Amino acid sequence: MLNVQAEAPEQLSLRVEDIKDLAQGAAFLGTGGGGDPYIGRLMAEHAIREFGMPEVIDADELDDDAAVFTAAMVGAPTVMLEKGTAGEDIDLSIKRLADVIGRQADAITPIEIGGINSMLPIVAAARLGLPLVDCDGMGRAFPEIQMVTFNVHGVSATPAVIVNEHLETVVVETSDPKRAEDIIRVAAIQMGLSVLFSGYPMTGKQVKAYSVRGTLSLALSIGRAICSGQDRGNPIESLLACLRSTDYYKYSKVLFDGKITDVRRETTKGFAMGHCEISDMDDADDRLHIQFQNENLLAKRNGQTLAIVPDLISIVDRETAQPITVEALKFGQRVKVIGTSAAPIMRSQKALDVFGPECFGIEEPFRRIEHIHDDM
Amino acid sequence: MPDIAAVELIILVGAKSALRIGVDVGGTNTDAVLMDGRVVKASYKAPTSTNISDGIVSAISHVMEGAGVLAGEIDSVMIGTTQFTNAFVERRSLLPVGVIRLALPATRGLPPMVDWPVDLADTIGNHVHLVKGGYEFDGRAISPLDEQAVARAARELKRQGIRSVAICGVFSPVNADMEERAAEIVREEIPEVSITLSSRIGRISLLERENAAIMNASLTDLSTKIISSFGKALADLQIQASFYISQNDGTLMSAGFAEKYPVLTFASGPTNSLRGAAYLSGMKHALVADIGGTTTDIGMLVNGFPRESSVTVDIGGVRTNFRMPDILAIGLGGGSLVTGVEPVGVGPRSVGYRLTEVARVFGGNTLTATDIAVAAGYADIGRRDYVNNLPEALIDTAATRTHSILEDGVDRIKTSAKPIPLILVGGGAILINRDIAGTSEVIIPEHAGVANAIGASIAQVGGEVDKVYSYEKVGRDAAIVDAKQQAVMAAVEAGALEASVEMIDFEEVPLSYIPGNAVRLRVKTAGELHVC
Repeated sequence: MLNVQAEAPEQLSLRVEDIKDLAQGAAFLGTGGGGDPYIGRLMAEHAIREFGMPEVIDADELDDDAAVFTAAMVGAPTVMLEKGTAGEDIDLSIKRLADVIGRQADAITPIEIGGINSMLPIVAAARLGLPLVDCDGMGRAFPEIQMVTFNVHGVSATPAVIVNEHLETVVVETSDPKRAEDIIRVAAIQMGLSVLFSGYPMTGKQVKAYSVRGTLSLALSIGRAICSGQDRGNPIESLLACLRSTDYYKYSKVLFDGKITDVRRETTKGFAMGHCEISDMDDADDRLHIQFQNENLLAKRNGQTLAIVPDLISIVDRETAQPITVEALKFGQRVKVIGTSAAPIMRSQKALDVFGPECFGIEEPFRRIEHIHDDM
Repeated sequence: MPDIAAVELIILVGAKSALRIGVDVGGTNTDAVLMDGRVVKASYKAPTSTNISDGIVSAISHVMEGAGVLAGEIDSVMIGTTQFTNAFVERRSLLPVGVIRLALPATRGLPPMVDWPVDLADTIGNHVHLVKGGYEFDGRAISPLDEQAVARAARELKRQGIRSVAICGVFSPVNADMEERAAEIVREEIPEVSITLSSRIGRISLLERENAAIMNASLTDLSTKIISSFGKALADLQIQASFYISQNDGTLMSAGFAEKYPVLTFASGPTNSLRGAAYLSGMKHALVADIGGTTTDIGMLVNGFPRESSVTVDIGGVRTNFRMPDILAIGLGGGSLVTGVEPVGVGPRSVGYRLTEVARVFGGNTLTATDIAVAAGYADIGRRDYVNNLPEALIDTAATRTHSILEDGVDRIKTSAKPIPLILVGGGAILINRDIAGTSEVIIPEHAGVANAIGASIAQVGGEVDKVYSYEKVGRDAAIVDAKQQAVMAAVEAGALEASVEMIDFEEVPLSYIPGNAVRLRVKTAGELHVC
């Protein structure tokens, strides 16, 4: 089981009051995707009040042979605004996965740290009385189940279980994680488009080696920086200072400052593909174009690339630094666009094969943000 | 067919050229205007009285007298009020509410009122029932409605003495049938109950819509009281004309409908002042700054209607997704304190309603933005000779600061760099007499001080549809046509003249992660009141 080390790194001890900041930070790391963080926050706060705060542990505290499951919601953010989770569906997804692999879960890990799915593992860990590992598989948010570091390093996405509010269950077993994504997506529609997912069963050793470590703590620090910056009247500066103090997100800058002058969306193969145009307030010809597919993928200023996936492109309110999800983008909003380096584990060639620009149909190679800009 | 928000049949006795009275019942003042067509015949400000009715009687009788009009000549009365918002925020006169959510087995993870402030939730009581029912995004049932469970819940609510019930079903904006069936069942068990259906007042997003329904249900008693005191005031004045209440989106509802849905009046104040400014200036696309004693509310007119806020709005600590105008409040008003030492500052602290006691031009010792405007020579209020001795440099710096605060606010609310007109309304409009950067002109219309009451008097009738369509099933064009048609019909059913109904807002949002091209369409329409 868990082997708590004497000199464990500084432990994240969550309080219910932290959830708001954590959700805020996760919304920033969500880079536009992952759904309304408010719903996730309410679910987490409610579960904590009912079941108590789960223990948050560092991945190093896991035994090498510990069984670690992911917990997430799969569906449409707009549907989640109506349906949320039932609660028992979360429990069942974890329990069924345990039945299938013949091993109880020792800990829960987030699959992504952006949006609702940063909060859902807190709900799962609280309900089941399991520790929550301070890490995830993206260090941000992505639209598809195969787009995680676990997959990059060969961990199978399946067996995976999805459960809806009727406690109807689908167990998926396939050797191809993209197939798992496709099958789950189709089943999720039939099941009401807001289903609970548990998959990527891993050993503690795999989690230590393949996860993006410490991202719950990072999301909390980012959220706190935004909040304290708002109190002091300099939220953007506060956010940037926080990002630059971290190992992963240290290359970070405001890419553009302006007003949204156009938002176009189209649904292709079930994904909200979209384009957002932001114009400089004084010079309407100076424009930033952002392409998004649930998450922001590519930022180009007058044709020149300023940041590209998997590096992070976040649109925030220019006064409050409040992150804005793609569903909430609206003509006329005054925003700042912040570009941030992804965690190193996310930028290897192997990783780029799974969630690099090409995986989103972008015919342009990945370039590290710190290589694009001289001033970083 | 799926239901739409705010459907009500209004039979109207009123013509464009007819005599109308607009009233704004605020927390401090009750303003009235008498309009003959586009012409303001008379206006009056009276203090709002504790029993409301007296203030209205006073304001209306003054304008009738001023215009030389008799009660029998009045064709319609439109009233805007902040009474319900104030009551909810102050937790006054709220009823305990029974809540029935049609959703199981979904949504147990977030029960009703989960995010309410504790004191408010206690005031409303924890009479919450979740039963089987509700719909999926595409209109399939989550579960068939558990009618027996609804009846059981109703019987328990009856035992607890609950008289007001909010019913909220998952995806009820897509299909309201279950909410309506549940209402029938509750009414069979508690015949005298008043019921609020979430589908009537809210958009997609369960908690926010449910919150609005609960808020509305809690205001049932107060709405009976206030609407009847409006009626009493008119009866005392022997005005037989029908009266209407303005909603937060700048359109009207009948008094009977407002009594059932008082929550729809929330934030109608800023809407009325924006609409009043549009009317007085004849502009459809412009910025509006309502400069009061302490703050300035800046909003934007698009097609003659306020641009709506895209973020959720907290009222009294409760999250809602009401149709609210996008308003930026900045700390500038007639009573803003001016600090004379370097650097010269204006606001955000203000003497507020004490302006006429403490400002220099009124014989007091406090230097305010109003004193600067008087000293600079472009406002004529109080005694100019009391500010004769102010140093030129101070006057100039403070006046410049006043204008730059407004300029900054204007810049923050604007959506394009192109200069557009700025309309100033409210008593504090006298603070401004220079050009404002980013605007093409600054307009202070006549009667700017009673823009709210004018906004109420000219409100239109609106309709709205917020629905999810599958483009794969029906096709994009057919879906848009259907949504528009439903929104037009909603306005017509609400009393608008069909030929005058225009689409004033259209929003198309694909639902991410859903194959099959599911798209959420939101269409708003508004038209002139039907003339009989």
